[in-house]
Parts: sequence; structure tokens; C-alpha cells
Amino acid sequence: MKERPPQAFGLNFLLSTLIFYRDGTIRAMFRAIETGVDGVSSSLANLPIGAHARVIAVNGTGAVARRLMEMGVVPGAQVRVIKTAPLGDPIEVRVRGYHLALRRTEAQTITVMPGK
Amino acid sequence: MSTTLESPASLQTSDQSSQRQARPLVIALAGNPNAGKTTLFNALTGLRQKVANYPGVTVERKEGIWQLAEGAPPARLIDLPGLYSLDAASLDEQIARDVITGRIAGLPAPDVIVAVVDATNLERNLYLVTQLLEYGRPMVVALTMYDLAERRGLKVDIKRLSEALSVEVVPVTAKQKRGLEELRRAIIAASARKGLVAGWCLSEQAERELAALVNPTGESADRHTALRELYGDELPEDEKRREAIRRARERLAETDGNWWQEPLLARYDWIERVSREAKNEDSHAPSTTESIDRVMTHRLFGPVILILVMLLIFQAIFSWASLPMDLIDRGFGALGDAARAGLPEGLFTDLLVDGVIAGVGGVLVFLPQILLLFFFIAILEDTGYMARAAFIMDRLMRGVGLHGKAFMPLLSSFACAIPGIMATRTIENPKDRIATIMIAPFMSCSARLPVYTLMIAAFFSTQKVLGFVSVGALMILAMYLLGIAVAICVAWIAKRTILKSPPPPLVLEMPPYRVPNFLTIFQTIWSRAWLFLRRAGTVILAISIILWALATFPRTEVKSNSDAAAVEATQEGASQEGEQLRNSFAGRLGHLIEPVIAPLGFDWKIGIALISSFAARETLVSTLSIIYNVGSDENESSLIEAVKEAKRPDGSPAWTPLVAVSMMVFFVLALQCMSTVAIVRRETNSWRWPLFMVGYMLALAYIASLITFQGGRLLGFT
Repeated sequence: MKERPPQAFGLNFLLSTLIFYRDGTIRAMFRAIETGVDGVSSSLANLPIGAHARVIAVNGTGAVARRLMEMGVVPGAQVRVIKTAPLGDPIEVRVRGYHLALRRTEAQTITVMPGK
Repeated sequence: MSTTLESPASLQTSDQSSQRQARPLVIALAGNPNAGKTTLFNALTGLRQKVANYPGVTVERKEGIWQLAEGAPPARLIDLPGLYSLDAASLDEQIARDVITGRIAGLPAPDVIVAVVDATNLERNLYLVTQLLEYGRPMVVALTMYDLAERRGLKVDIKRLSEALSVEVVPVTAKQKRGLEELRRAIIAASARKGLVAGWCLSEQAERELAALVNPTGESADRHTALRELYGDELPEDEKRREAIRRARERLAETDGNWWQEPLLARYDWIERVSREAKNEDSHAPSTTESIDRVMTHRLFGPVILILVMLLIFQAIFSWASLPMDLIDRGFGALGDAARAGLPEGLFTDLLVDGVIAGVGGVLVFLPQILLLFFFIAILEDTGYMARAAFIMDRLMRGVGLHGKAFMPLLSSFACAIPGIMATRTIENPKDRIATIMIAPFMSCSARLPVYTLMIAAFFSTQKVLGFVSVGALMILAMYLLGIAVAICVAWIAKRTILKSPPPPLVLEMPPYRVPNFLTIFQTIWSRAWLFLRRAGTVILAISIILWALATFPRTEVKSNSDAAAVEATQEGASQEGEQLRNSFAGRLGHLIEPVIAPLGFDWKIGIALISSFAARETLVSTLSIIYNVGSDENESSLIEAVKEAKRPDGSPAWTPLVAVSMMVFFVLALQCMSTVAIVRRETNSWRWPLFMVGYMLALAYIASLITFQGGRLLGFT
């Protein structure tokens, strides 16, 4: 591996913190460190933008969980996080070839396995 | 036997049916929102369609006539509201289910269901198809966007899909009218078929429980009814059966905590198998929509574009609409003059001219604005931008407990609350919808502008702040902000009290961008405008007549008849008119409420104008003209002078800058618009909400006006 001067690392770290702080990427990174990127389940809300994942479980109950599943977010479905809204919430995901917006609170109830 | 009786005669060859009167075939179009259902409906029916409402609700009922087979009576084609599922989460879905099961009065269960399926979004669209199959009604699948899918490299094997679904699949391109003939043949063929079976099943235990419910005591309950009872929210009426279902659910829950997900999983499992058979692997090539959205919902550009779009709409409404508005205004003026000239003098003519023509004209003046707003809302909906606006604004709207979808209705209310309130139909949860309706009239609409303008022209026209910002402009801005602030507070409070419900969930499809279809858009505008005119019109007419009567009776003795015959609004005529108004019931009411409105700074003459303004806000201006004997034909500057010079009996001025501000605050908050009252009555289907709104908004207006006037006096303003 190439050595990096410590200052550059510090600067990079600061910059990426600034850039990623708002959209939850940092949270997702910590989460990834905790859990490992692939192979350990996470919640859909914690995935970084662009991440692919497979739905493992929809944990909510009631009308919202039902609607999510009717829209095709069922265990086994492949999802990809497209983007977050300008104010950080809701998020947009691609599922079954179309795009779906849902709030982070709803995304939190969906357990996914990161990876294609 | 019962099936033979119900079945339509048109296409049956049995001798029984030919003896009976032929009943037209009933065909229902069902499909997801944005699947191209309306385009297909228009292509099939042409313009032979009518729009009404399902009884008791505001769900639009679209029905058309379609000459299906030669020699047979034309079929009735029902366009169901767009839906994702039949599990009755929203009113639309409930109605659609009622139509399919034949529970709507005067509408037999459909003989054939045409499921409209978007080929570019096959799997999710097929979910509704699986549910429709469960009902076992004859069905045909109309595959839309087939050409679009092919261009994207998505191949759907029609034959295989048809085999897998066990119903005929017909690719259609409604715009070019391709596939319609095949669809017609498929429907005729399907109408004779019976006994469809959904190709999926549940786990062994669930199937056992279901089987036990299908035929528990010998009485027949269909499998789909049992399925809906076991897994749906509604329990049956019968106490014994309800108990059986409760116990079955408990047993299922013991084995699996997520037992209720089972049918959903089974359906999608089956869908995946079907679509693996029938279509090639989904290519993840970024679509045009994704590229457009890179800008449209961009972190920075997204909100900027949203603001620009709104600016464009408002610019259009306020500048383009003014010409037709002037024309309507003058047209009704001319109509009134003509009626007065052509009809014999008397009460009836007065009623017709001053009550009916002036009242209806006063509302119709806003029709160009309303139509333009309908137009823009329809375009935003049809292109798919509406979902993006909700996506961008949802975080802010959630702050006050509202849905992202509430943003557009509220914004349109800045031009006119009526299209705004009608646009709340897209909000699924009734409580969230009513909360949005409740605060929509706080947005300063265009009818308040004449009032603001008069007040500012009379008292704040010359002052400037910092040398260049006029006080008047600041005043208007303050009034807009006041409305928004109060709306936020009311929504916040309402969502925690009378409309208590958890923050509405947002599960929103972001549909692909589409070029709007102008035929569909004009149909939408037409049907909405017609609904407004017809339903609101009757209420407006009634209130206009009541207000006219209040201002006309009791009659003031006219000194000489020859004077009264002079129709021109001479100074004398105007003063006579003023005299009449002052002595009428409205005038007496003005006196009556004077003690109540005096703390707000209003005298009884202003009281009269205030009473009349509850018909429509801008009426204040014309009523003031009559009270101050200005005469309606004279220009506005003379009214400004009259307002400035109006005196109370003690000689002090009736209007001061503080009174003007108090008046504007009152107008920001009070619901002085009979059209809004009428439309809320229609949209909520009861008088409870509109009356409540009139009441609480009046209370708020009174309190705010009181604080403004008394507080202002304490601070030393006049």
C-alpha cells in the first residue's frame, strides 16, 4: 500500500465528514464497520446511496407495512438506494424496475442484506 | 342458475337469454396509477363518457359507452380509480373492490375485467392482477407501454405471459389505437369464460385454515371472501364467524409472527415465477427518467426548479387570467344592464339583476383562474412532476404533521382555495386530507387582493422603508406570512387534537416522466370545472339570493317614482342606493353587530360590508362603494377618497391606518367565501366540516383583529 502523509489523511477525513455527514453516509459507514459491508443484515435506512441490497424482512405491521409489500418490497426483492430528498428525507429506492419514495422511519423497518 | 340470470344477454346464444331484454355488458378497467388506463379508456370510448361520483363519496366515477359487438347493445365501460391493490387502504381501493364485487347500487358486477398492465413495470402491475384473478371474474390483460418496453430492451413474451396467467394478454398502444380490435375480440371471448383460478397457494397450515373458513357450516363463502376476512382488516358481521376467524388468526400467529404477510408473499412468489417465464432479465440501464431526476430532485437544483415552476404558474394565473376575468366581469355587467332594460321594473328584476346575475357573476369571475390552476395541476400530475414536488417538500410538510402530497394543494390555494381543496383528493388518509382542507383557506388567495389593495392604496401608498421598499408591499407580504404562520399552527394543533393520527406514511411511486396527453388534461379540467360549477353553483345561488334579500328588505320609501326610474348611477341614484342599504336588514344587522365589531375598530357601515363579504371577499369593495354613495360606475380612486373621508357620527374618521390593518388581518383569517364553503361541503360530504371551518376561522379572525386593533392602540398607533 502507498503511504499517505498524515495531514492529507486528516484533510480528506474532514472533507468527507463534511460531505457525507448530512446524508447519513457516515452513519452507514460506522454501521458497515460494525457489521461488515456484505453478508450481515442492516436496515434499508442505513444503506449508502447507490448500494444494492436484498430484502430479508419487513418488520412493520399495519397499513404501511402492507402497502410497502404490495408495492413489491417483499423478502427476496432486490433494492437499490437511488438518492435522498434535498432535505435528507424521504429516500428514493429502485425496486422491481421502478422507483419508490419512502421515509426513513419506514425504511428503518425493512431489514436488508447488502450486496447484489 | 343464478349465474345464468345474471349473465348478460348480448353475447349468449342460449334461447333463455334471447327471450329476455338484453342487458348491456359491463366491463371494468382496472390498473395501477400511471399504467395508461385513462388513455386506453379514452381511446375505447371516444368522448362518449360521463363523469360523476360514487354515491356518498368523492371518488370519481367514469363511465363510457363502447360498441363492443355489432348488433348487441353497446357495453358499459367503467374506468375504476387507479389502484395498487384491492386491500382497501384508500377510499379509491374500497370503491374499486365494491365495483368488482357488484356492491354499488345500480351497477352490476362487471362481466369482464380488463386489467391494464404496464409492460415496463410488469411485476408490480401484476400484483393487482393476482388479486383480480382471485375474484374469478372473466378477465383480459391489456398490456400497455409495450413499445416503450421494447425500445428499452425489455422483452415480454405475450404468449408465455398469457399461458402463465391463464387469461388472454393483448398488447395495446392506445395513442395509435393499436391492439384495440384484438382487445375487443378477447373481451367477447372472455365474457363467455368462467372459473378462473389464481395460480398461487399459501402454506399448508394457512390453506387448511382457509379451507375451514370457506365452508364451515354448509353456507357457502367464496375462497376470496374467506381470504379477505382472514387476512384483511374487516371482520364479518356474523359473531360466530368472527370468532372462528379470530381463533384461526391466533393459531397462525403462533407458528409465524408475520403470518399476515403470507398472501402477499405467495402472490409475489407467483409473480416472480410468471415474469421469469415471460420476460427477459431486467436491464439496469439508466432510463431517461433517471437522468431527468438527476436535476429535478437534485439537492440544490430540485428546490430551485420547484420554486421556478411555482413562480411560472402564479405569473400565469395573475397575468393571463386577468383578461378573461375582465371580460366575464363586463359580460355580467352588460347582462345585468340588459336584463334591467328589457324587464319591467320591480322586485323580480331586482332579484334577477342584483341577486342572481351579480352573485353568480361574482363567483364566475374567478373561473379563469380556477381553470388555469386546474390546467397546471393536471399537467404536473400527468407529467409525473407532482410526485417529485411531494418528494422534495415532504420533510417540511411532515414538520407540521402533513403529507408531502399536501404541498401542491396548499400552494394552489394562494391563487384560489377551490382547486387546492379539490386537489387534496390524492391524499389517502382522510384525517390528513381534512387537515389540509382546513388550512387551505389561510393561504392568501387572489380574492383578498382587491381588499388589500384598497386598504393599502388608501393608507400606506406613500410611505417607504429604507427609501425604496414601500410599506404597502411589506404589508401584503406580512399578510401572506400571517396566513402561512396561522396555517402551520392550526395544522399542528389539529393533528394533535381533533384529527389525531400518526404522521402520515409516505410510500410514493415516482412514476416515469411522460409527455402529457392534452386530451386527458382537458377532460380532467372540464370534469372538475363542471363539478365545481354544478355543485358549488347551487349553494352560491342560494346564498346570493339570501344576501340580496338582506340588502333589499324592508324597502325604503322612494321619494318620487320618476327619480327611481332613472337607471344611471347619478349621485342621487347612488345616495338612494346607499339609503336603501342602510335601512335594510343588512344595515340593521350592521347596527346590531356594531358593539361586537367596535373593539376591532369597525363601525356599523363597515359592518354591513363585512356581512356582505361573507359571500365572497372582494364584495367588500363593491359594498363599500354603495355605502359611501360612490356609485358602482365611478372609478376606484373616488372610493379611496370616500374611505379616507368617511366619518363616524362624532366626527372622527371611520378609517385609520390601524383600522385598515385590523381589516386586512380579519380578511387573512376569516373564511369569507361561499364557494369554498360549498366545495368543502362537497369534498367532505357533510356540513359538519364547512360549518366548523367558518366558525373557527371567524373566531381566529376576530381574536387576531382584536389583538391588532387594541394592541396597536396601546402602542400608540392610530
